[in-house]
Amino acid sequence: MGSLITTVLVVSGLGALLALLLYLIAKKFNVEEDPRIDQVEKMLPGANCGGCGFAGCRGMSEALVKRDDISSLYCPVGGAECMKSVASFLGKAAPEREPMVAVVRCAGSCANRPKTNQFDGAKSCLVASSLYAGETGCSFGCLGLGDCAAKCEFDALHINPETGLPEVDEEKCTACGACVKACPKMIIELRKKAPKGRKIYVSCVNKAKGAVARKACKVACIGCGKCAKVCPFEAITVENNLAYIDFTKCKMCRKCVVECPMGAIVEFGFPPRKVVEEPQSAKTE
Amino acid sequence: MKTFPIGGIHPSDCKEYSKGAKIERFPVPATVTIPLSQHIGAPAVACVAKGDKVLVGQIIATAGGFVSSNIHSSVSGTVVAVEPKADAQGNMKPSITIAVEGDEWAEGIDRTDTVVKAINMSPKEIVDKIAAMGIVGMGGATFPTHVKLSVPDGKKAECLIINAVECEPYLTADYRVMLEQGERLLIGARILAKAIGVDKIYIGIENNKPDAIAHLTKLAGAYLEIEIVPLKMRYPQGGEKQLIAAVTGREVPSGKLPIDVGAVVQNVGTALAVYEAVAKNKPLIERVVTVTGSTLASPKNLLVRIGTPMSALVEYSGGIDGIGKVIAGGPMMGRAVSNLDAPVTKGTSGVLLMPTQESLRKAEGSCIRCAKCVEACPMGLEPYLLSALTQQNDYDQLEAHYIADCIECGCCTFSCPSYLPLLDWVRIGKAEVMKRMRERSQKK
Repeated sequence: MGSLITTVLVVSGLGALLALLLYLIAKKFNVEEDPRIDQVEKMLPGANCGGCGFAGCRGMSEALVKRDDISSLYCPVGGAECMKSVASFLGKAAPEREPMVAVVRCAGSCANRPKTNQFDGAKSCLVASSLYAGETGCSFGCLGLGDCAAKCEFDALHINPETGLPEVDEEKCTACGACVKACPKMIIELRKKAPKGRKIYVSCVNKAKGAVARKACKVACIGCGKCAKVCPFEAITVENNLAYIDFTKCKMCRKCVVECPMGAIVEFGFPPRKVVEEPQSAKTE
Repeated sequence: MKTFPIGGIHPSDCKEYSKGAKIERFPVPATVTIPLSQHIGAPAVACVAKGDKVLVGQIIATAGGFVSSNIHSSVSGTVVAVEPKADAQGNMKPSITIAVEGDEWAEGIDRTDTVVKAINMSPKEIVDKIAAMGIVGMGGATFPTHVKLSVPDGKKAECLIINAVECEPYLTADYRVMLEQGERLLIGARILAKAIGVDKIYIGIENNKPDAIAHLTKLAGAYLEIEIVPLKMRYPQGGEKQLIAAVTGREVPSGKLPIDVGAVVQNVGTALAVYEAVAKNKPLIERVVTVTGSTLASPKNLLVRIGTPMSALVEYSGGIDGIGKVIAGGPMMGRAVSNLDAPVTKGTSGVLLMPTQESLRKAEGSCIRCAKCVEACPMGLEPYLLSALTQQNDYDQLEAHYIADCIECGCCTFSCPSYLPLLDWVRIGKAEVMKRMRERSQKK
């Protein structure tokens, strides 16, 4: 009996002692953290996608709280609304960004871009691009093995089995930029999101000379420069046999779409054109 | 019999198809496309323009830096284009295209068959000559030879090793050179030895080429400094570090170069090119290419002008019917060709035509941790781990696991029972780690 009491006393005494020790250590090494960091983290979407440039939402919320000027920080997933609420909570000026969306700049579907060989290796664009130019005559276009889709945290990118090209679900796309980084061919670009999902862009990244590009793909940009000439806003530049539409200057007049002889400039989300005469009158002029 | 200490595999050597075929001179094609980057290092800079007339052996592009190489015209005719052309992998590379007219050679090139034995040049003159003639490593890596021969200050070469291993299955180009041009090859080796100031030459040959060993041993009897070293057949014995280990027993430490253990390694083809450049004043404008395959009507060893389209060689050797895959080089380290119109370059040791059945990859499984790749790796690395780390983008760990030492021999992929494309991933990780290491050393 006596030994039992001794045991209980020793063990509970030891427990109390260690608890005290732990308490003192915790006091001594306590890290003062701004409680707002936790609160801001809760306000962020919690996707941990890295679209802001930080490893996760925690890093972002730390930066938001600690920095005085947060104009360079932006969460593409939360968007303007999220940033506004965070900024008002912290009493700082809200950073503003245009809403963006990922755009796949290649229209080299199986029908447009005939295959010249077959890739048999690892199902990864990164591996394929390290080995060779691709299954078609175009050495710039989409490889279709889906590195972008695999990297998308928001289920917004899928390879269309019919065309073999990735398609962006604009509703789901948060413009985090993970696909842009994942694509070894640098086909995907973040462009300004316009109302009603309207988009105009050059759906090609082929820098080869016109004749070579045309041979490889039916809808390749051949760098003829017609679009640049017709653009009233000087939004189009042609460099290295490739046209590019600057979305900050483009006013979506759609003149270039009609002008492009290859159909490499594409438009989305517009109502159907009024009459078919438009391109014809352009021809007669 | 000597061999290297760790790793390695034993693929079937498949040399029987083309080993009996004598080196044939391939006819000059109608047009040649000569890429400006046929070597490791900076691309050469074109010094001819569209419309210029060129002669065989005339310089058409000059080295774009120290680690670079001159390029000479392999034909006579008119330059029709200086612009990017698709290479064997379909990527656009700056090239010079020449339409062939006749076969007029530039002056000063000795085209006779007489064997010139005496070389009265100083080491520096020899290295300069080799640089001027655009000689690069012809085993496939295409490292500019004059750079390898320029021994850095404070280091000393002790021996020259001629790489006559040709451990790649199928290829017989070096083997035929040894049998048919043995005398010239030995003189080339002696020129190389003189350039780096050594008096010991080893020629490492695998024992699956007994007639080459016997032939060269007989010829080498005339030269005291040359020793023929028969080696036990094992892939990748032709890797520089493996060959040094096999012949001298010395191990090149991680991150160091062969010269750090006193060895300079040169390929058989390079030694022959050096002989022709120094003794005959002939630039590197043609090379021996093995065109082979198990179903080919007539596998051949062809002496081909640089820039000849591969499709011409394929046609000459029996056509593309039933062929599923064309590989430039051997099956282990060669690269699949997606554009057959691409030219033969200084590094094209072979064109291998694989029938569809042989060429198909098997379906990938999962890693079963059997460690066969670890056993096979001749550099003592852990390929399964490097492959996984690459897929996780963990570059710090990759560097810590010595991915930069990978020689890309493909033993890991060959040995994997789950058919994992280990090397494909390791290569990507290695490229990224090497880039980071370079950036770091530049910052310092």
